[in-house]
Amino acid sequence: MKFNTLTLSQAVEKLKAKAISHAELYHDIYEAIAEKNGELNIYLSIDDDALKKAQKLLDTPLAGIPIAVKDNFLTSGLPVTAATKLLEGYVPHYESTVTKKLKEAGGVVLGKTNMDAWAHGASTETSDFGTTKNPRNTKYSPGGSSGGSAASVAANLCVAAIGTETAGSIRQPASWCGVVGLKPTYGRVSRYGVIAMASSTDSPGPIGKTVEDCAMIFNHIAGKDPFDGTTVPKPVPDYTNNLKKGVKGMKMGICYMDHPKITGTDVAHAIEKAGKVFEELGAHVDIVPMSRVLQPGKVFIPDYAIGVYTVVQRSEVSSNLARYDGIRYGNDRSIFSHEAQNRIMLGTFTLTKGYADRYYVHAQQVRTLYRKNYSNLFTTYDLLLSTPSPGYALPIGASSGDPLFGELQDILVEPSSLAGITGISIPCWIDAKTNLTLGLNIMADQWQEEKVLQAAYAFEQATDWNPWVKS
Amino acid sequence: MNYEPVIGLEIHVELKTKSGMFCGCPADHFGKKPNTATCPVCLGLPGALPVPNKKAVEWTIMLGLALGSEIAKVSKFDRKHYFYPDLPKGYQISQYDQPIARGGKIGDVRIHRVHLEEDTGKLQHATIDGKKVTLVDFNRSGVPLVEIVTEPDIHSAEEAREFLKKLHRIVRFLGISDADMEKGSMRLEPNISLRPVGQHELPKYKVEVKNINSFRFAVAAINYEIERHARILDEGKIPAQETRGWDEARGATVSQRSKEEAADYRYFPEPDIPPMRFTKDQISNIKGQIGELPDAKKGRFVRVYGLPEKDAAILTDTRELADYFEACVKIGRIPAQKLANWIINKKVNIDDVLPAALILSILKAQEVVDVPPDLIAKVLADNPKAMSDYKAGKQQSLMFLMGTVKRQLPKGDVKIILDMLKKELDTH
Repeated sequence: MKFNTLTLSQAVEKLKAKAISHAELYHDIYEAIAEKNGELNIYLSIDDDALKKAQKLLDTPLAGIPIAVKDNFLTSGLPVTAATKLLEGYVPHYESTVTKKLKEAGGVVLGKTNMDAWAHGASTETSDFGTTKNPRNTKYSPGGSSGGSAASVAANLCVAAIGTETAGSIRQPASWCGVVGLKPTYGRVSRYGVIAMASSTDSPGPIGKTVEDCAMIFNHIAGKDPFDGTTVPKPVPDYTNNLKKGVKGMKMGICYMDHPKITGTDVAHAIEKAGKVFEELGAHVDIVPMSRVLQPGKVFIPDYAIGVYTVVQRSEVSSNLARYDGIRYGNDRSIFSHEAQNRIMLGTFTLTKGYADRYYVHAQQVRTLYRKNYSNLFTTYDLLLSTPSPGYALPIGASSGDPLFGELQDILVEPSSLAGITGISIPCWIDAKTNLTLGLNIMADQWQEEKVLQAAYAFEQATDWNPWVKS
Repeated sequence: MNYEPVIGLEIHVELKTKSGMFCGCPADHFGKKPNTATCPVCLGLPGALPVPNKKAVEWTIMLGLALGSEIAKVSKFDRKHYFYPDLPKGYQISQYDQPIARGGKIGDVRIHRVHLEEDTGKLQHATIDGKKVTLVDFNRSGVPLVEIVTEPDIHSAEEAREFLKKLHRIVRFLGISDADMEKGSMRLEPNISLRPVGQHELPKYKVEVKNINSFRFAVAAINYEIERHARILDEGKIPAQETRGWDEARGATVSQRSKEEAADYRYFPEPDIPPMRFTKDQISNIKGQIGELPDAKKGRFVRVYGLPEKDAAILTDTRELADYFEACVKIGRIPAQKLANWIINKKVNIDDVLPAALILSILKAQEVVDVPPDLIAKVLADNPKAMSDYKAGKQQSLMFLMGTVKRQLPKGDVKIILDMLKKELDTH
C-alpha cells in the first residue's frame, strides 16, 4: 500500500501511533508527484524541505501532514503567483492567516497549486502556467478556480488541500474531481493574506478526501481574525464532534430540479437518489419549486444571480487589481491576461458614475433579495440539496472563447455565495464510461457548517461513491 | 464691477492616534527614515486587509460633536479609485455618501461634513547617479486623516483665516491632532469663486487650491484668486473650473488640473470593512470626554476671573496654557489678573516652570519691591555731582544713580528705584 492514498484522519492516526513515519508518508507523496505532476500540472511550486518541517510536528493536532495550498495564499518562503505572470517571482514576506493557523496546528504547506489566474475562471484554463488536468480522466478539466487543489487531493499528491471559493470555486472542482470541498460561511475563515478576487464573497475552505478530513482542517482555520474585519467572533466548535449524529428529523429541500439545466439530466437523477438516501436515514425531504419572485416556500430563480454576481464580482475585481499598477512587482498592467483585462474593463464600467446606479447598486439590491430568500427558506429547511455544477467535468478547452463560462458553470451556486451561506460538495455519482463524478451540494444557513458536515458524513457512510471511505 | 467672493474650505487633519487608520504601524511618521514604518496593509501588498482604528473613529465623532454636527447612526467606508504612485492600492479608503458627521458650524460658517480616510504616501523627487527619479516613502500611507468640508459661507481671506484659526484651536483642544502646519498634519484647500454683489445663487464655476500648509499662504492664495477672477470676469469671461496649486516662490497660484481631466473616482462601499453603527450610549460617552471648548473657556475666564477679553483669548489659545493658568489661580495668594499679566507679559515657559514655582517667584519679586529710602538718600549724598548734573538736565546721571543703587540692591525693582530717586531729586 502506498501511504499517499491515506486520508488525513488515517495519516494522523498512523503517524501518532508510529505505524508509519513521516519519511515514509512524504516519500510516497513526493514519488507520486514526480510521477504525475508533469502530466497533471497541479503544483506551481513545491517545498523540498517539507519533510524536515514535518518531522518536528508529531505532537501537534495535524502531526505534520502535507497540505497543498492554492497559489493565491501568501506563505512565507514559497512564491505566490495566483497563477499569473504578473506576480511571477514574487516571494511574500508575510503569511496568510489560514496557512499560519494550519502551520500552528501542525500542518505543512507542501506546495502551491495551480488555479485560474487571479481565480478568474472555473477550469484552471485561464492559468498563465497552463491548465491542470483532471486526475480521473486527463482529457477533462478539473474545474476551478481551485482546480489544482481539488486535483491534488484526487490524485493523492497531498493528504488534504486548501482552496478558496467566490462562487463555486471549491465545490465545482471538488464535484468534478470526486473529492469533498467545504465552502464555509462568508466571514468564518479569514481572508488575510489571500490575494483578493471578489472581497465580499471570497471564502477560503478545505478540500479533502473525506468529510471528516474537511472537518479536521476546518477546525483549525475557522474563527475570528483580528486582521480581517469581516470575520465574526463566533465560537468555533469541534466540527468532528457531531459528524456521527445522523440526519434523523432534519428537513431537507431539493432545489432547482425544475431548472432547464437540470431537468432530465444525470444530475437530477443523482440528486433525487441522494434525497432518497437521506429519507432512508430519517430525514424529511421534499422538492422546493422555483419562483421568479420572492415567495414563501419557493426558491428564488438562480438565473438573476449571473447578472448580480457578474456585476458585483467584476466591480470588486477591477478595484482589487488596481494595486498591480506597474510600479511594484516588476511587471506592468499589459501583462494581465485577456480574462483579467476583460473583468477589469467590465468592473470599471459598472462602477463608473452614471452607470453605477444602474449596475452596481441594482445588483446589490437583488443580492439582498437572495439573502432574504435564503433566510426565508431556512425557516422551513435545515438543509438545501442541489448541485455545485450542472453536469460532469467538461473537456479541456471547453471554456475557451466563452467570457461567461465560469458564470454559466456556477449558476446554481452563485445565489448561495451572494448570500454568504455555507455548502459542501461530496461525490454522489460516477459515470462508468468516463470515470467522471458528480457532486451533491448540501447547503445550510450562515454558521451552520456543523449541520452540513453532519449530513455529508451520513451520506458518505451510507453510500459507496467516495473511494476513500471504507464502510 | 463689484464682486463678492464665495469661499468654501476643505481641511485635512492627521489624527495623532498611536497606530494607523487600518493597521498597527505608528501614525507618527514625521522625520522617520523612509519606509521604516510600514506593513503589508499600508503598503497595499497582495492579500492585506484593512481593519479600522477604533480610536480614529471615536475622535472623528468627537470632532463632529465639538462642531455641533449630527453624527451618523450608520456610517461606512468606501473605496475612492485613482492611480498615483503614492497610493499603493490604487484606491484610497475614504467615505463617500455616509460620512461620520454632517452639519454643524463654527461661528457663522456652516460645516458640510466631517469624514475619515487614510493618508497617502509621499513622493520625493531626487537625482540618483545623474538620473532624475521619483522615490516613494510609504511611512505616511495609512495615517488617519479627517476631512472637514465647509459650506461656501466665507466671503474673504480674513474670514477664512478666522475660521481656520478657530478650527485649529478646537482640534488641538480636543487633543486629537497636533495640527502642525509645518509638519503637514493640517492641510488646507480653499475653493474660491466670485459673484456680483447682490447675487444669491452660487457662481457657476469654482477654483480649488490644493494642499496649502499655512494660514498665511491660504490668505495669499485666496486674495490672489479673488483678484485673478475679478480680472477675468471684468473681461466678460468666466474663470475656468480647475484645480490650482500655490507657488510660494512666485506668490501665485498655478493651474494643475482642469475640469475635463477631473477623475471619476468610481466610489463603492469598501467590502473589506463592515458598516459601522453608533449607539446613543457610545456617542454620549464620547461627548462626555470632550470637556470645555475654547470659546466657552474664554467666556468663562472673562466671567469668572474678570479678565479682559484679549487676555482670556491668549490664555485659552491652548488647553495646556489654560490649564496652567487655572492651576496657578487654584493655588491662590496672587489675584487672577496679576497672574494673567505675569504669564502673558513674562512669556512664562509653562513646560519648565511649575505653577507653584511661578507663584513663589511672583511673591519673591513682590518682596524685593521694598527699596529702603535710606539707601536712596545715602546714594544721593555720596554723589553730589550726579545730583547737580541731573538738575542741569542731564538725564544720563539718573541712570548712573539708579545703577549705583542697583549694585547695592541687585533685586531692587528698576521702576521703583527710578521713581524713588526722581521723587527725592525733585524735592531737593
